[in-house]
Amino acid sequence: MKLGKINLRRPWRPGAVFLILALLAALPLYASTYSVILLTDILMFVILALSWALFSAPTGYISLAPAAFFGVGIYTSAILGKQLPFSLVVSLGGLISFCLALLVGALTLRLRGIYFAMFTFGLVELIKHFWLWYEIRFTGTRGRFVVVVPHNTIYLTMFAVFALLLLTTYLIRRSRVGLALRSIGECEEAAAHIGINVNALKTLIFAVSAIFTGAAGSIIATRWTYVDPYIAFNPLYSFMAVLMALFGGLGHPYGPILGAVIFAYLEELLITRFPYYYMLIFGIVLIITVLFLPEGLIGLMGKIRSRVGGHDAVA
Amino acid sequence: MAKTFLEIFITGLLMGGLYALISVGLSLQYGVARILNISHGEFIMLGAMTTWTLYTALRISPLLSLAICGPLALALGYLIHRTLFRRLLTTSASFAVFESNSMLAAFGLMFILQNIALIAWGAEIRGYSYLSIPVHFLGTLFGANRLLTFGIALVIGLAFYLFLNLTRTGKAIRAAAQDPVTAGLMGVHIHRVLALCFGLGAAMAGIAGVLISMCYPVHAAMGLEYTVIAIIVVVLGGLGSIPGSFLGGFVLGLAGSIVTFLEPGLALVAYYIIFILLLLVRPTGLLGR
Repeated sequence: MKLGKINLRRPWRPGAVFLILALLAALPLYASTYSVILLTDILMFVILALSWALFSAPTGYISLAPAAFFGVGIYTSAILGKQLPFSLVVSLGGLISFCLALLVGALTLRLRGIYFAMFTFGLVELIKHFWLWYEIRFTGTRGRFVVVVPHNTIYLTMFAVFALLLLTTYLIRRSRVGLALRSIGECEEAAAHIGINVNALKTLIFAVSAIFTGAAGSIIATRWTYVDPYIAFNPLYSFMAVLMALFGGLGHPYGPILGAVIFAYLEELLITRFPYYYMLIFGIVLIITVLFLPEGLIGLMGKIRSRVGGHDAVA
Repeated sequence: MAKTFLEIFITGLLMGGLYALISVGLSLQYGVARILNISHGEFIMLGAMTTWTLYTALRISPLLSLAICGPLALALGYLIHRTLFRRLLTTSASFAVFESNSMLAAFGLMFILQNIALIAWGAEIRGYSYLSIPVHFLGTLFGANRLLTFGIALVIGLAFYLFLNLTRTGKAIRAAAQDPVTAGLMGVHIHRVLALCFGLGAAMAGIAGVLISMCYPVHAAMGLEYTVIAIIVVVLGGLGSIPGSFLGGFVLGLAGSIVTFLEPGLALVAYYIIFILLLLVRPTGLLGR
């Protein structure tokens, strides 16, 4: 499919997307500080879920590594934030995560299925405990303070990363690379036989997806002002990325975005007053999604629409 | 020097006994029922917290709690498999799909059980003192509770091994582990056997929880830590192998106590390094098929 080809059935769609993006970009001009902070959080979760889906949705590999890349980004900010300009720190956070993911991917992407999930989970814990030991042993303290950055700058940087991620997702989906990734998900042996360099491609896309997770980490660290290894390398961020993406639906990039927006808002409502109930709901929704919504909300909406409209309107 | 070495060795062995018991349950759940049960540690936590409550509120001995928590966890696990995982098994296209889906469902289960416990018990760290009398053993001092838990862990592990190898139900379980479809064709009631395996795994976790509460402080968020240890041990010993789980438990216990002696902060790091190297070099484990 040619890039930029307009879908004749829904000609309004690109326009709507650009309008929403423009409204989001201009948010600091018209919205309150509270909305800017809330939207920063929501965008962070959207980036986590969408960058997870960038690699895992087409290939079917369940990666529990986002928390590792997220934490690497956070610590990039904590260590270099005072010396270097903010934009450079964020880029570096992405770059270091990219390099780590290249290494991890090259080592482990030959592991199939559940072994890959276990490995990536172990990776997060390994980095966390090693880093904790290192900090206490060599710096004498457990945590670090992160340089403070204005809310609007944080928001706009987060938005820029989100826009880049959206563009990357779109370009990959529309290219031969996206097709190759999907064929790996369908049947890896067959993909190798039709001439796809399976391992190189998996590693590369895994690493590309880590860039955005790392960058999001380095941005949000400046909001948190204090970090320690338990905060930075919290495996919960991996689980959240997976759940949000699954709940929204992996069939289309809008799925993870939708899932992330819903859960990020739910978290905002519940986490301070009822943290345990929030996590309880989280678990229940995860089970319901796995049991009854294998294609997520997007799949459900498609089904409802085709039933109501009488013709297939699945995106 | 020899004495220190002996002490490290025995400490590791005592830890290893508990690790082995935790892992046998998970090994059964993954090896037979194909569920990588991330919520395994939550059953440990439930066992431990229930024992603590019974002991502090009603003065019920932890040894009696063994007989309460074991069957309760068995029933809970059986029920969860009958409702949740059985449906997943019938709707999943293949075993590979089922493995991913059941792992995700187990994550959900983990959040549910852990947060119900947090709501019920709060996040405080609890503990009680039971049989913490020093005992002279091979020239060094050990708590009587540690030795007792080690003994119970060994007895239960052995009893379970005999159950698998000598009884008719045990044979059905082993058949289901080898090939669930063929086992079903041979007249094994496969759904019942898989649910039983999941329940037995949960029971083993519940019992391990009771034993852990006799020696260590407990709290509602302790589960994941033990799940991770169980996963490492199971991979180390070989997925689905009961003797492997015991061997893996002792190896990890020893490694832990040696590293703790050399550099206390690195014990967990050492576990993960063993785990990651193992996945890369020999994912089938020491005694795996």
